Amino acid sequence: MASVEFRNVTKTFGSFNAVSDVSFSIGDGEFVCLLGPSGCGKTTSLRMIAGLETPTAGQVLIGGDDVTHYHPKDRQISMVFQDYALYPHMNLADNIAYPLKVRGKSVTERHGRAREVADVLKIGHLLDRLPSQISGGQQQRTSLARALVYPSQVYLFDEPLSNLDAKLRLEARGFLNHLQRDMGMTAVYVTHDQAEAMALATRIAVMDQGQIVQYASPIEIYRRPATTFVANFVGNPPMNLVPVDAVHGDGQLQLSAIGITLDGLTMSSAISAALGGGKTLTLGVRPEHLAIAEPGAPNTISGQLFANENMGPESLVTIERPDGSRVTARIFTDDHIALNDAVTLGFSREHVHLFDGVGNRIPADGE
Amino acid sequence: MKLTLSAFLGRIAFSALAALIGAAFALPLLWFLFAPFNARAELGLAVPDPWTLANFVTVFGNNFAVRALWNSLIQSVGGVILVGAAATLAAYALSRSALPGKRAVTYILLLFSSVVSGSAAMVPIFLIVSAAGLMDTHLAVILTFAGGLLPTAMFILRDFIDSIPKSYEESAMVAGASPVQAFFDVALPVIRPGIVVVVVWSFVNIWGSFLIPFILLRSDTNMPASVAIYSFYSEAGTPIVTLLAAYSLIYSLPVIALYLFVSWKFGFRFFGGIKA
Ligand SMILES: Nc1ncnc2c1ncn2[C@@H]1O[C@H](COP(=O)(O)OP(=O)(O)OP(=O)(O)O)[C@@H](O)[C@H]1O
Ligand SMILES: [Mg+2]
Repeated sequence: MASVEFRNVTKTFGSFNAVSDVSFSIGDGEFVCLLGPSGCGKTTSLRMIAGLETPTAGQVLIGGDDVTHYHPKDRQISMVFQDYALYPHMNLADNIAYPLKVRGKSVTERHGRAREVADVLKIGHLLDRLPSQISGGQQQRTSLARALVYPSQVYLFDEPLSNLDAKLRLEARGFLNHLQRDMGMTAVYVTHDQAEAMALATRIAVMDQGQIVQYASPIEIYRRPATTFVANFVGNPPMNLVPVDAVHGDGQLQLSAIGITLDGLTMSSAISAALGGGKTLTLGVRPEHLAIAEPGAPNTISGQLFANENMGPESLVTIERPDGSRVTARIFTDDHIALNDAVTLGFSREHVHLFDGVGNRIPADGE
Repeated sequence: MKLTLSAFLGRIAFSALAALIGAAFALPLLWFLFAPFNARAELGLAVPDPWTLANFVTVFGNNFAVRALWNSLIQSVGGVILVGAAATLAAYALSRSALPGKRAVTYILLLFSSVVSGSAAMVPIFLIVSAAGLMDTHLAVILTFAGGLLPTAMFILRDFIDSIPKSYEESAMVAGASPVQAFFDVALPVIRPGIVVVVVWSFVNIWGSFLIPFILLRSDTNMPASVAIYSFYSEAGTPIVTLLAAYSLIYSLPVIALYLFVSWKFGFRFFGGIKA
């Protein structure tokens, strides 16, 4: 196992910056998820670690060595591809053992080791089959087995679960988490599924338009999203964001918007700095921090009931505010909630997130 | 479903017409099957009476004819190996590398390839071959065909390779393979159906060609079967139909056998990849 580091890495395709000036480091034994919307440069970043793309500028280090211009074969890495890339003409045993074949191991050793790994992944009974003769979930595990069959410095995953159905995906996710606990491998895992990133990562790098917006532990990203982009990307459903007008005087900040009641907040230096430019802030509250409240009570958002979805252990209640924007509450009850047309949702002060005019987080007191 | 009378008559008329057209095509084929076994074969269609292998005995007794079949085989196999190997490597490079202008190269080659093996270029080809001192050699025929067939073969194969995900070789390289290893272990087996198509296509092309060997070869001992057929005339200049028929059948057997073998072994896959 080894650490990985990006130093001011940029990758351009033609005139398009797929990755711009990204720097971050991954500690030995860390499981880092690259999370972000489609086209933000996750795969490109991963491929630069693998050596399948060469950075336009900057350096990539593995285990402290500058490997920027190393061929993939000289990097001692494993990679699971999104399409699995199983060799169609080889049976599973040969597929799994291919990295050992390349390393010049004997047939007995290869097949012995392939069987061991396959047994762990519960595909030991399929070793004679061709990739076309097994299911998608089994193909996924075969490609995982091929990545695990030899010791690597870094394990790379490019959306390895995205071709699985929901149930298999959960199962595979649990297995990967277990594997990480077991092996303590250094892993870089690309996904656009925030739940997958939250469940697996020791740290998440949230990417947007070729840059890392926030690089922190899942809890930190959930509790203190650095920007509205992160707030909107992490959490299911994502954080409710409401633009509010700010007025301040005698050390108090009053935030107001139609249909919202809010206690005054204590002014802090961070808030006054953020207010420097304009008078509009963004208020964020996570759906799970909203509950049904009395109309007119302090710290509430009200609107017309838009949807009331019972999900079993919880209900998603969505209201539409007078300006047409929607706010969703996640209410933990296994009972159906009877609601009238007008609904008021309440929250407590410590769950309020504030973002400035350009969407950067305003740290709360004590942050 | 009930057929109306007019629809019924329409069908009969259509079937009759189709049968007529079919017969027009079937008759030469029938002749082709009957005449070799008929010791008194003529240009008219006749059922052999009695069936005999006498014509074949005559053919195999003719050294020149047998030698010509062997020459055809040398030239075709030589050409196929050259075209197959070169087209595979070139198409792979054209598909996988980021060479600027690689599309233009393919299209320009394609454009000129029809010229190279066509009759228009016969004079320059003759001059080049003769200047190279290759006149009247198998190599001359093989090289000329390779030059003419390569661009199209490359084009077909490149299209095929384009449709194969790069991740096969990438995963092999990440697993520790060199580019060459990745090519032979992973890419080549996946490309094989495409290569088979190219091989069959070039074999049929070379085996059946007349003009190029006719021009580039001098001596009887180098002539392929396609040219040899042309010599089955009596002194008086009339074709020796019996010999001709038997020889034609033998001559077409390798092509038929190749098609059967390939479709049995690989199943024929002519992909819709050839874009106009
Ligand atoms: N070989 C290439 N040539 C040109 N542009 C490319 C190439 N590879 C990627 N890009 C562009 O770079 C950007 C980032 O691509 P990348 O594959 O890294 O996105 P991603 O974050 O993995 O997205 P997804 O979640 O859809 O896989 C995209 O806009 C893409 O169009
Ligand atoms: Mg991607």
